[in-house]
Amino acid sequence: MSILVHEKTRVLVQGITGDFGGRHARLSIDYGSQIVAGVTPGKGGQVFEHNGVKVPIFNTVAEAAKQTGATVSAIFVPPPFAADAILECFDADLDLAVAITEGIPVRDMVRAKRAMQGRRTRLIGPNCPGVVTPGRGDKSHGGCRIGIAPGYIHKRGKVGVVSRSGTLTYEAVWQLTCKGHGQSTCVGIGGDPVNGTSHLDVIKLFNEDPETEAIIMIGEIGGSAEVEAARWIKANCKKPVAGFIAGATAPAGRRMGHAGAVIGGAEDTAEAKIKIFQECGISVAATPSDMADALLRVWRG
Amino acid sequence: MNIHEYQAKELFEKFGVATPKGVAVSSAQDFEAALNKINTSAGIMVKSQIHAGGRGKGTFTNGFKGGVKFSPTKEKAIENAKAMLGNTLVTAQTGPEGRKVQTLYFTEAANLGKRPDGRDDEYYLAILLDRATSCPVIVASTEGGMEIEHVAHHAPEKIFKVQIDPAVGIQAYQARQIAFALGFSGELFKQCVALVTKLYQFYWDKDCAMVEVNPLLVTQEGKLLALDAKVSFDDNALFRHPDIVALRDLNEEDHKEIEASKFGLSYIALDGNIACLVNGAGLAMSTMDIIQHFGGSPANFLDVGGGASKEQVTAAFKIILGDNNVKGIMVNIFGGIMDCNVIATGIVEAVKETGLKLPLVVRLEGNNVEAGKATLANSGLTIVSGDTMADAAQKIVKFVNQK
Repeated sequence: MSILVHEKTRVLVQGITGDFGGRHARLSIDYGSQIVAGVTPGKGGQVFEHNGVKVPIFNTVAEAAKQTGATVSAIFVPPPFAADAILECFDADLDLAVAITEGIPVRDMVRAKRAMQGRRTRLIGPNCPGVVTPGRGDKSHGGCRIGIAPGYIHKRGKVGVVSRSGTLTYEAVWQLTCKGHGQSTCVGIGGDPVNGTSHLDVIKLFNEDPETEAIIMIGEIGGSAEVEAARWIKANCKKPVAGFIAGATAPAGRRMGHAGAVIGGAEDTAEAKIKIFQECGISVAATPSDMADALLRVWRG
Repeated sequence: MNIHEYQAKELFEKFGVATPKGVAVSSAQDFEAALNKINTSAGIMVKSQIHAGGRGKGTFTNGFKGGVKFSPTKEKAIENAKAMLGNTLVTAQTGPEGRKVQTLYFTEAANLGKRPDGRDDEYYLAILLDRATSCPVIVASTEGGMEIEHVAHHAPEKIFKVQIDPAVGIQAYQARQIAFALGFSGELFKQCVALVTKLYQFYWDKDCAMVEVNPLLVTQEGKLLALDAKVSFDDNALFRHPDIVALRDLNEEDHKEIEASKFGLSYIALDGNIACLVNGAGLAMSTMDIIQHFGGSPANFLDVGGGASKEQVTAAFKIILGDNNVKGIMVNIFGGIMDCNVIATGIVEAVKETGLKLPLVVRLEGNNVEAGKATLANSGLTIVSGDTMADAAQKIVKFVNQK
């Protein structure tokens, strides 16, 4: 098994009629993912068509889920309306909402995260590359691709990857694939200060997943999420873990693209996080070119 | 986005948060008229308006000491103001180049109350996001007028925090908790409850990233006032606050960062000599790291976002070349979905258009990478290819260090 999503997961796309959402819906269809519905308020009844696949569009998430059996949403809605789209997923009791949108106001996410409490829906993101469970076909075709990651770089296998950053995730995945090691599931949790799922949440899922044998955790400066995950790993995780922290050269107080990547306290510098990783038995990659090798130093594959 | 103290206090007044009365001026001709608008009987504070902190202890490049000055009389205030306005103030936070003071703020000097032990009656109050809980948190301390980091380190028990549930907002009991924690009673207690409640309303309604009042003080007349105000806003929420956008002061921002943002580039200047151009924030940060790892020094953070069009790369090169310290460039693109050959073609055209002479190492990876590398190799330009991030970083560091 993988975590969060698998080959048969039925996915709806909020914002499928926009440029961004449409483009990635087509790429997911090409990858062989089950894109079964689109949601754009006011465009219910239309059909999104790509390579012979007809995707019905609905006005609401609840209706789309009811009619198509979709359990997961990929959210490509523009920032001013994205929190609303997330809340609609909670209301429709989906299993998972993956918010790709970058630039959602913090206040909107603070409210959305509060509203998530007590609901069954898990949120991943926002400002994230999404989730990929690679397929078993050529270039990992046939997997579940939710979001914006390039599908072909993956290969089905035993390594779980969790990261805040999109391109760094691709970097790690590509290194693994080039060395012949596949991935169970790759999860981009997003670069915003308020997100739905933390490093630790994903690590716990990987720890329970029989298919996942080893884990790469990629973090960056700012916040304490990586530290929290590292301490849990030391106490509970049965699987080998490699880690990388980006931002060693970032000046304090400056926002480096990711809103979450601002150094504030003592434990959120790259240096402090790397030290804690090492203390917790995580194999630390000295450079981003070294992420797969860092894992292979503690895991035979 | 940051704003000036005088702008923050004008917003405070609108939300009912008490501050000393003041007037902002940006021309020496207006000094006299401005001073006539406020009560100067207890003296005047003349305050330089720049976004950086540490103003009081700063020094102007003309030798004048102090970016914030108490002035007992109008005449003295004008004298101080003349020494500040139009001159460059260097503080611990501005860097050695300092910041030109283009606006001054005259405020009525407050008669500081005293505590029984003789210390000034100053407090600290801030509201910001607590990342660990994803909720707003109000931070208060009896130790105002000094850096809160200092208090956190030496007397953490004197810092009091109240977490706000975003579902219901601030509650009266929470404002009371803070007023009790700060030791207020009677009339001051009521003032504190009102001030904290209104300040939170401001923080929430205006999508602030942070509101900091340091010091919050009690006057001899028994009034609670926000003596200083530091406010920053969530950039992502500016679209719904045109009134806040109007307060933006481009003089306080790096012109290269502004130029970059017009092309959808996220750029931050650093003081090294190897420029980098990368897609994705995480990869951009770690490209800086890997340059340093191999003995180089990054000149900037530059994220071109998900794409990397010819226009973006050209604009990026122009911005990079505007930094005279730059001795070499490393391009690092993981073209996951974008065709690497399109990116390579854009890079070649950008090099030609900008007449780039500096060493350039390009690391391309991803979709159609072989064609992209061929385009670079056959361009007739001296573009060096790096196979991995590590390879590219080592090559550019070697080039630059040879010079």
